[in-house]
Amino acid sequence: MQWESVIGLEIHTQLATRSKIFSGASTVYGAEANTQACVVDLGMPGTLPVLNTEAVRMAVKFGLAIGAHIAPRSIFARKNYFYPDLPKGYQISQMELPIVGKGQIDIELDGEQTKTIGITRAHLEEDAGKSLHEDFHGMSGIDLNRAGTPLLEIVSEPDMRSATEAVAYMRKIHSLVQYLEICDGNMQEGSFRCDANVSIRRKGQKKLGTRAELKNINSFRFVERAINYEIERQIDILEGGGKVIQETRLYDSDNNTTRAMRSKEEANDYRYFPDPDLLPVDLEEAYIDQIKQTLPELPNEKKKRFISDFGLSAYDASTLTSSKPMADYYEAVVKASGNEAKLSANWVIGELSGALNKANLNIKDTSVNEKMLGGMIKRIADNTISGKIAKQVFEAMWNNEGEADAIIESKGLKQVTDSGAIEKIIDDIIAANPTQLEQYRTGKDKLFSFFVGQTMKQTQGKANPKQVNDILKKKLNP
Amino acid sequence: MHNKTIAELSTGLKDKQFSSEELTRHFLDRVKRLDHKLNCFITLTEDVALEQAKRSDKILQNGDAHPLTGIPVAQKDIFCTKNIKTSCGSKMLDNFYSPYDATVIEKMSDAGAVLLGKTNMDEFAMGSSNETSFYGPVKNPWDLHTVPGGSSGGSAAAVAARIAPAATGTDTGGSIRQPAALCGVTGLKPTYGRVSRYGMIAFASSLDQAGPLTQSAEDAAIILSAMAGFDTRDSTSTDIAVPDYTSTLANNISGLKIGIPKEYFSNALESGVQSAVQDALKEYEKLGAKLIDIELPNSGLSVPTYYVVAPAECSSNLSRFDGVRYGYRCDNPANLEDLYKRSRGEGFGQEVKRRIMIGTYALSAGYYDAYYLKAQRLRRLISNDFSAAFKKVDVIMGPTTPTTAFKIGEKTNDPITMYLSDVYTIAVNLAGLPGISIPAGFSDNKPVGLQLIGNYFEEAKILNAAHQYQLVTNWHRQIPDAFS
Amino acid sequence: MSLDKEDVEKIAHLARLAINEDDIPEYSRELSKILDLVAQMNAVDTSNIEPMAHPQENSQRLREDKITELNQRDAIQANAPQVERGLYLVPKVIE
Repeated sequence: MQWESVIGLEIHTQLATRSKIFSGASTVYGAEANTQACVVDLGMPGTLPVLNTEAVRMAVKFGLAIGAHIAPRSIFARKNYFYPDLPKGYQISQMELPIVGKGQIDIELDGEQTKTIGITRAHLEEDAGKSLHEDFHGMSGIDLNRAGTPLLEIVSEPDMRSATEAVAYMRKIHSLVQYLEICDGNMQEGSFRCDANVSIRRKGQKKLGTRAELKNINSFRFVERAINYEIERQIDILEGGGKVIQETRLYDSDNNTTRAMRSKEEANDYRYFPDPDLLPVDLEEAYIDQIKQTLPELPNEKKKRFISDFGLSAYDASTLTSSKPMADYYEAVVKASGNEAKLSANWVIGELSGALNKANLNIKDTSVNEKMLGGMIKRIADNTISGKIAKQVFEAMWNNEGEADAIIESKGLKQVTDSGAIEKIIDDIIAANPTQLEQYRTGKDKLFSFFVGQTMKQTQGKANPKQVNDILKKKLNP
Repeated sequence: MHNKTIAELSTGLKDKQFSSEELTRHFLDRVKRLDHKLNCFITLTEDVALEQAKRSDKILQNGDAHPLTGIPVAQKDIFCTKNIKTSCGSKMLDNFYSPYDATVIEKMSDAGAVLLGKTNMDEFAMGSSNETSFYGPVKNPWDLHTVPGGSSGGSAAAVAARIAPAATGTDTGGSIRQPAALCGVTGLKPTYGRVSRYGMIAFASSLDQAGPLTQSAEDAAIILSAMAGFDTRDSTSTDIAVPDYTSTLANNISGLKIGIPKEYFSNALESGVQSAVQDALKEYEKLGAKLIDIELPNSGLSVPTYYVVAPAECSSNLSRFDGVRYGYRCDNPANLEDLYKRSRGEGFGQEVKRRIMIGTYALSAGYYDAYYLKAQRLRRLISNDFSAAFKKVDVIMGPTTPTTAFKIGEKTNDPITMYLSDVYTIAVNLAGLPGISIPAGFSDNKPVGLQLIGNYFEEAKILNAAHQYQLVTNWHRQIPDAFS
Repeated sequence: MSLDKEDVEKIAHLARLAINEDDIPEYSRELSKILDLVAQMNAVDTSNIEPMAHPQENSQRLREDKITELNQRDAIQANAPQVERGLYLVPKVIE
C-alpha cells in the first residue's frame, strides 16, 4: 500500500516586543520566577488588557511579507479553558477575524526545486506561563513570567507531504521572521515553536485522513523526527486494520516517540467569544502602506538580486539568503573583496560555514569578520596567494592570528609570480626526472600533474598555479 | 452633620465649621453605632480614613480644596483597594487584599475623598436584593424586614441611613439605580466608557459601569466629576473630556422634551409606584418640560437578552478564580481538577454558580449562535430603539423598578422573579446609556424611584433635570426615622 | 428548554464547579427556568441584524511598547495560597 502523508504546521512566534502584548511587564527571557508577571499578566481581579502597538505592527509586517490580506478590522476573542499556566482561565487570541489572512511562501527543495506552501492565517495571541514539575514534593510550580508574551500564530495549509518539506517550511518561516526583525528566532528559549498536524491517506485519495496534533516541538530536528515517527505510527495502525483517532499528542524527544496527552483527553469546548475588554482593531490603509515602506528586502527578492547582480547559482543564492545575518555577512565580504562575488560565495558557503558548523557557532559569533575574509579574498584575486595557501591564511585568521596581509607577510606565504624563478625550478625538476618526462612525452598525459605537484612541493605551494601550468606546458611539449 | 449633603459638608469644611477629622469621626461613630442593624459595611477602614482626613485638613487649610476634599465616602467592595480587603461580597475573596488601587479609588483619593469603608454587596454584583452576599443580607433602613435592592445594596442603604454621606456603586443591569430607588437615594449609572473599569472586579465587562449613590443629584454631579475620565489602562474607556457636571445643574429645563415609554407602564408596575411616578412627571410639566409618548418596542426582550450576555461574560470573567494565585483554595485537593472544582464550588455562592453555568452553556459548542449571537443581535435592536427615541426627545423617564422594596427572603427561591425587578433598568446597560434614579415619593411608606435616561455622554442633561426636580421637591431629603 | 442531570453535570464540569449530587435537581430546575425566560428571545427575527458586542462603536486603542510594570512579586504573592521559591504551587500537572 502506498501512503501519502499530509502535514500542516502551526508555528508560534514570540514577537520581539519590549513589553507584553497586553501589559507593561518586560518580556526578557530568563528572569527569576514570577518577577515579570504583573497584575495584568496574573489575571488579578479587576485588571484589564491594553494592546501593544508593536505587536500589531509586527503582525502586519509578517502579513505583508507573505503577501497576505491584512484585515482592516480584526477582533480579539477569548479561548476558555482551565490550566494552571493560564492565569485568567482564558487565553486572549483571535478567532473569527485574525489580523493576517491568506498568504503563501515558497520553500526550496533539493536546491533548485521550489514549492509554494499556503498560509491560512496568522493571528495575535498571548503566550501562557510554564509549569515546572521537579522538586516540589509531588506538586508543580507555576512560573508566569512568560504569560502575556505576544505570539503570532502562523497556521499553514496542509500542503506539506513529508517531514522534509515541513522542516523546509519551518526553516523558511524561521528565517523570514528574523529578516523582518519581529522574532529573535531563539528556539532553545522557546521564541519559535511549532505544533504539527499529521495525517496520512492512500495515494490518490482526496479526502484527508484523521489527524493527530503533535505538540511541544522546539527544534528542526525534532520536527522531522516527530513527524516521521507519527507517520510510521499511523501507517502501522491503518495497515493493522485500526483507526487513527483525532487527538493531541506530545513529542518525547528523549525516547523519540509521541504519546497522547492526558490533559487533553476530553474533547475541548473552548467557548470562544469576542473579548469584551478589547475593542475591534481597526487598521487604516495609510498605516499598512507605511509599514509596507519599511519592509526590508525579503529572502526571495534578495535571492533574485544575488543571482542577477552577483552571477550566483540559484543554489548558492538561496544558501546565502537562508538567514539575514548570513546574507548581510556575504554582501559585506563581497564589498571588502573588491566585488569578488563568486569567490566570496565559495568561501562563505565553504570554508566559513564549515568552520562555524564544526565549532557550533553562529555567523554573528565568528572570529573572522567580513573585512578580514574580504581582505583575504582580495589577495587571492590579485594573485598574492593561491586558493590553497588561502586555506592556511583562513585557519590562522580563525585562530585570531590577525588579518590576512599580516599573516601572509609573517608566514612568508606570498605567491611566487616571478616567471624566471619558477622556470628555473621547473627546469631542475625536469632534469631530475627523465623517466617521467619520457613517459609523459610518449602519451602518459596524467604525469602532467606529477610535475605540477613537484613544482608546488618545491615552492611550498606558493607558486602561482596558472603560471606553473603555462610554463610546464611549454617545457614539456617543446 | 449627617443630614447634610456633600455640597453642604464641603461648605462647612471650607468655612471651618468642622474639620474633616471631626466629620470622619462622626461618620465612623455612626457606622459603629448603627450598622449592626443594617450590615452595610464589610470593612470599616478607620485607620486609613483618619489618616486621609488629617491629610485633607491640611489641604483645606491651604485653601486649594476640591469639593470632595475631606468628605468621607463609602466604596463598594467591588473596587480594588491596595492592602485593604477587597471581597466582592464573596467567600472566594474573603482573604484577598488587593495589591493595587482601582482607578476609581485613585481618582477619588486624588480629589481628597476620605475612604470610610467598603460596602456590602451581592456576591460578585450578581443579585438584586443583596441577599447573595457572603457577608449576609443588607437591610433597608426604611423597613428592616425588606431588602435594600442590589447589587450595590450596602452603598444605597448606607447613604439612605446617613451613615455615609455618599457612596459608590457599580451597575451591570441596574445595580446602582435599583437599590437607589428602593432606598430612596440618588443613584447614577454613567455612559459605558465614562468611568474607568480598571480595578473594578468584572461581572459582565460590556455592561459594567461605576457611578455614585448620593443624597442628591448635585452630590452625584460632584462625585461623577471626580470619578469619570479617560483611563489608558481600560481599553473600553472613552477619551472624551469630562465636563464639570455641577456647572449645568442650574440650567432652566423649560422646553425639555421628556420621552415616556409606554412599555414602562405595563401591568407589571405596582399602582403605588405608578402614581408616584405620574406625580413626578406632573412636577416636570410644571417646570416647563413637555411629555412625549415614545415606544421602545424591544424593551420587553431586555431581560432575556441580558440573561444571556451577562452570564456569558461572567462565566469567562470568573474563571480566574481558581485557587492558584489568590482567593479561596479548598483543603487538601486530591489533584488539579479537584483543586479547581472544589475551590470554585465551595468559594462561590448559589447565584454566582447558577450564572456561571448558564453562561457556560450559552457559549458552549452548538449553542453559541442560538444564545450568545442571538442575544447580541437583540442587543442592537434594543439599543436602536433608544437611538430612535433620542431623535425625538432629550431624556426618557419612567419608573426605576416595578415595585418598592420587597421582603427579605421573598424572592430568593425564585430567581426569575428576582431578575424581573431589573426590568426597567437592564435595557439601559445593554445600550450603554447613562441613567439616574432619584427619589420620587413613597408607596406604602416605602421609597419610589424615578428613572431618567439620557443619550450617550449626556450625564449633564439628566443631572440637570434631576437637580431641577430636587429643587422643587424634598423627597430626597427624607431620612428614615430610626436613623435621623 | 430543559436541562437534565447529565447536562448539568457536563456544564458544571466545563465550568469546573463541584456541585453536590443532591443539588443537581434544583440546578436542573432553575437553569431550565432561566432558559425558558431566555427563549423569549426567539420571538423576534434577527437574521439581518449585526451582533452588538460593545455599546460604543470605538476602535481599540494601542499602547506604546514600554515597560511600565516592575517586579512586585512579594506584594502580589502575599495573596497566594501556596508558593515556594517564587512559584505558585498546584497539584501535579499531568500533560
